[in-house]
Amino acid sequence: MIRGVIIINDQGKPRLIKFYEFQPPDKQQELVRSIYRVLCSRAENVSNFVKADSLFGPDVRLVYKTFATLYFVFIFDKSENELAMIDLMQVFVETLNKCFREVCELDIVFNFYKVHMILDEIILGGQVLETSSEEVANAVDAISRLEKNANSMIPSIPGWQR
Amino acid sequence: MTGPSLMDSLFQRSIDDLIKALRLTPPGTEAAFVAKAIEEIRREIRSTDPHTKASALQKLTYLHSLHGLDMSWAAFHSVELSSAAAHSHKRTAYLSAALSFNPATTDVILLLTHQLRKDLSSPNVHDVSLALSTLSSICNSDLARDLTPELFTLLSSSKVTVRKKAIATVLRVFEQYPDAVRVCFKRVVENLENSDMGILSAVVGLFCELTENEPRSYLPLAPEFYKILVDCKNNWVLIKVLKIFAKLAPLEPRLGKRVVEPICEIMKTMGAKSLVFECVRTILTSLSEYDSAVKLAVNKVREFLSEDDPNLKYLGLQALAIVAQKDILAVVENKDLVVKALSDSDVNIRFEALRLVMCMVSEDNVMEICRILISHALKSDPEFCNEILGFILLTCGRNYYEVVFDFDWYVLFLGEMARVPHCQKGDEIATQLIDIGMRVKDARSQLVNVTRELVIDPALLGNPFMHAVLSAAAWVSGEYIKLSRNPFEIIEALLQPRTSLLSPSVRAIYIHSAFKVLMFCVYSYLKLNGEESSLPSTLTDSELVSDVELDDHNMIVTNGQAPSASSITHHLTQESLLALVNLVEINLGPLAGSNEVEVLERSTNVLGLIKLIKPMLLGSLNDCEGDQTKGELKASETVKMIFDSCSEDLGPVSVNAQEKVPIPDGLVLKENLDDLEEICGDIKLPVLTSFSLVRPQFAETSNSAECQGKDESELSTGSTSLLAEHRKRHGLYYLSPGNTVTTSNDYPPAHDPKDMAIDEDEDLAKLTEKSLLTGKKPSQSKPRPVVVRFDDGEVTNAATNRTEIKAGLISGAVNEVLLGDEATTSSSSRRKPPKSRRAAEDSNVSITEYKSDASKIDQSEHSKAGLGGSKHNGHGKERRRRSSGKDKEHDRKDKHKSDSAAYGKHRSRHRADKAVEAQAPVIPDFLL
Repeated sequence: MIRGVIIINDQGKPRLIKFYEFQPPDKQQELVRSIYRVLCSRAENVSNFVKADSLFGPDVRLVYKTFATLYFVFIFDKSENELAMIDLMQVFVETLNKCFREVCELDIVFNFYKVHMILDEIILGGQVLETSSEEVANAVDAISRLEKNANSMIPSIPGWQR
Repeated sequence: MTGPSLMDSLFQRSIDDLIKALRLTPPGTEAAFVAKAIEEIRREIRSTDPHTKASALQKLTYLHSLHGLDMSWAAFHSVELSSAAAHSHKRTAYLSAALSFNPATTDVILLLTHQLRKDLSSPNVHDVSLALSTLSSICNSDLARDLTPELFTLLSSSKVTVRKKAIATVLRVFEQYPDAVRVCFKRVVENLENSDMGILSAVVGLFCELTENEPRSYLPLAPEFYKILVDCKNNWVLIKVLKIFAKLAPLEPRLGKRVVEPICEIMKTMGAKSLVFECVRTILTSLSEYDSAVKLAVNKVREFLSEDDPNLKYLGLQALAIVAQKDILAVVENKDLVVKALSDSDVNIRFEALRLVMCMVSEDNVMEICRILISHALKSDPEFCNEILGFILLTCGRNYYEVVFDFDWYVLFLGEMARVPHCQKGDEIATQLIDIGMRVKDARSQLVNVTRELVIDPALLGNPFMHAVLSAAAWVSGEYIKLSRNPFEIIEALLQPRTSLLSPSVRAIYIHSAFKVLMFCVYSYLKLNGEESSLPSTLTDSELVSDVELDDHNMIVTNGQAPSASSITHHLTQESLLALVNLVEINLGPLAGSNEVEVLERSTNVLGLIKLIKPMLLGSLNDCEGDQTKGELKASETVKMIFDSCSEDLGPVSVNAQEKVPIPDGLVLKENLDDLEEICGDIKLPVLTSFSLVRPQFAETSNSAECQGKDESELSTGSTSLLAEHRKRHGLYYLSPGNTVTTSNDYPPAHDPKDMAIDEDEDLAKLTEKSLLTGKKPSQSKPRPVVVRFDDGEVTNAATNRTEIKAGLISGAVNEVLLGDEATTSSSSRRKPPKSRRAAEDSNVSITEYKSDASKIDQSEHSKAGLGGSKHNGHGKERRRRSSGKDKEHDRKDKHKSDSAAYGKHRSRHRADKAVEAQAPVIPDFLL
């Protein structure tokens, strides 16, 4: 099972935090800080795995990958394959790229909701749902269209201004 | 606070505005800004306008998720907004719920039940998806119970997205509400035959999670999984199926036989590294009895190790670590690559490689491996260097130096390790130096050589990390001074000026060791004199000689070490001894004014001794007879006694020794001793050395030596009785009466028949091995020296440690708890396979019948074993509903039972409308 997905920038600021089991907010912040400390101490061109036993309990692993200014982090247990997680991370980034056209950190900063929406199409409750970025992008487009249509039909403030 | 006005709604900041403003906030003022924003949000969120409310909730969720702000106060607003008509508002509400609700404590979750039910049955796919993903995040037992019917409907939804999301959600629902299994399981299983990869992937993923906890219950599904393994070409699905088989195969040997072929086939033909690695792992963990498959897997591992990709290298090393537990040869075959990985730039890889290298250590290669490792340690960064040293010490010290055959080599190696520039393992090295000194008699002469090198090197004193090693070295030098070639040199080293750099406690050990060396020199001198001029009275020739012989018998062992006394004879003249005494006096004189008690105490002891012996030495130097003779005699007698007390052999003390001491009658251990301080306030208690291995009587005997200077005749007898008493106490307190006294007090005599037997066995083993292995070190052909060890305490202690570690792992996560339960339950259901086979043989049964039989048996066995408690499912339902969160674990234990029971029930009930009968012939012979 996937335990969590985190995006941190190279300054240690979290850009996305999603745990699939409840974690209190201060615990989340603490975990992000400890993960960042580990990640920024690692050299380039080394393996993408970090042992996370001390943070999350036995048999939990952490895989990360750097994309431009961002660290993408997946936390998972032994019922996931390590290399498959790297592939899934690639799927996630590809999807972001499709949805935002040349994704950069700012897109993720300003599209908190959409990033969550994308992630929810890929992973649900810690289970991998969809591994084709094409499919995910289509689903996200459909939802965005639905929201746009709905918004244009329903007045935002009922009453006088329309 | 007034409610939000229209103006608030009109000029409300959107989430984008908030993020922008937050980014522009100068560092340091962020908290104030966020507090202000929260105040704003608190006002806006009360709005009746869904748009305003949604905006406020959006902002709040953002601050909660990324800035760690508490939003539990707003839980009700999320519930309220979830009923909004607009999908985007609904999404906002559900996301805030998913990110902030705590399933265990947020009570408004129940208020969401109705809305979730409505959305789960909505015709809009996106609403349903949203509700499912929310449910999987916040599911508690109440939600799971109430929404199970809706979920059941969705499991056969015609829309692929909805169905696969429902399947993924089912896992959480099962976890929270095991009775849902009875309702949904059949539909879940049906999806195993779906041709859509998305659905198949979801359902296989679900089973992968379920088998993780309770694999035995899913054995009946093996045929379905097998079909997927053979037919499916999707990597994601195959990985999960492999994980399932990794759990199932060890439970059913015939299953392993069936799957090993297809798995090898996949490993050979598929290109995806993730899939290949999964095959390798499955074979190595669960199918390790199939040699050809293991061989293939190890070859793949070798390919991984030769790749440039650090991830593959890392995983390859981990796979080897799995093999290492069963078949160390596979690791040895890849030794070259493993050793190469030791110098990788990635610390993970280096660490894994180190672990593997240490797995390979045996008594045949320990020297070679340690040599390789130390050369790596010298090259690597301080952190990894110490990692290596720590591993070497741990491995070589394991189980009383099990792998060390040649202690002379190992002792030298310890000295070498201590000198590695970044070494911070001084404490461990020090412990082993002393431990080997006490346990391995044959190693002592080499030990003395090594410690001599350490002690006389002035450069080492400047390195604080060396101090622990130096203190051990000083102690060894003092304790085994008889084996030293040049005691004068040692005493000079122990008193060299740079010892002022040492910490007081270490310095105290230095001084005390100097005391022991000095004592030895004086005693040897007296003995020589005795031999030459045959002193009268107690110090007769015969006594001395027999004394020394006794000592030699005790101390100096087999390998023909030159007898101590003769080796220093040529140094020992009156002049040289006097010079030595003067040297000590000059060096320690200033320390008598030290403000460190330990140092003060030790140096006063030495000076007291000097005061005692100096007149004697001067007397014989001046050749004055008469008056002096009497004093000299007394002094020499005293010297002998002190020497005797110091030369008693120290053995290791069992960790459990203290527990074995019976508490004497009338001794109240827990009495309050506060007023003792007043009584004893002015009595100077003997200060024990900080080094725990030094016997307490050192302090006391040296005290007595000091006193004897004042009143010799009286105290000489006094000290004897004191010593005798102390021995008695020593015997009483350190060692238990009965058998253990002999084992722990004395070394097993070198020619003890029992030990001989062991040695001969070992020799034999050595010899047979030697005939197989060429180029063995000649030093290993001599018998391994005896390592003193206890059978009792230390072993049991290690055992308890191990169980503690295991317990820690088990309690680590829910998974582990369930695995632990499984270990106990599996024994009760072990008889299942033969029974089910018989059931299947009875008639030409269809798959469904066979399965229901199997699960019925499973169930009945469990109720027999009394694990479940309920015999009927109907009762079980009520009972479970009553059970609170505390019983959750218990419920889960029951779960697998209900899984298969429900499965069987539904299977048989719906048998008619199923087309599975067609496959019937495949199944029975599959498991048979």
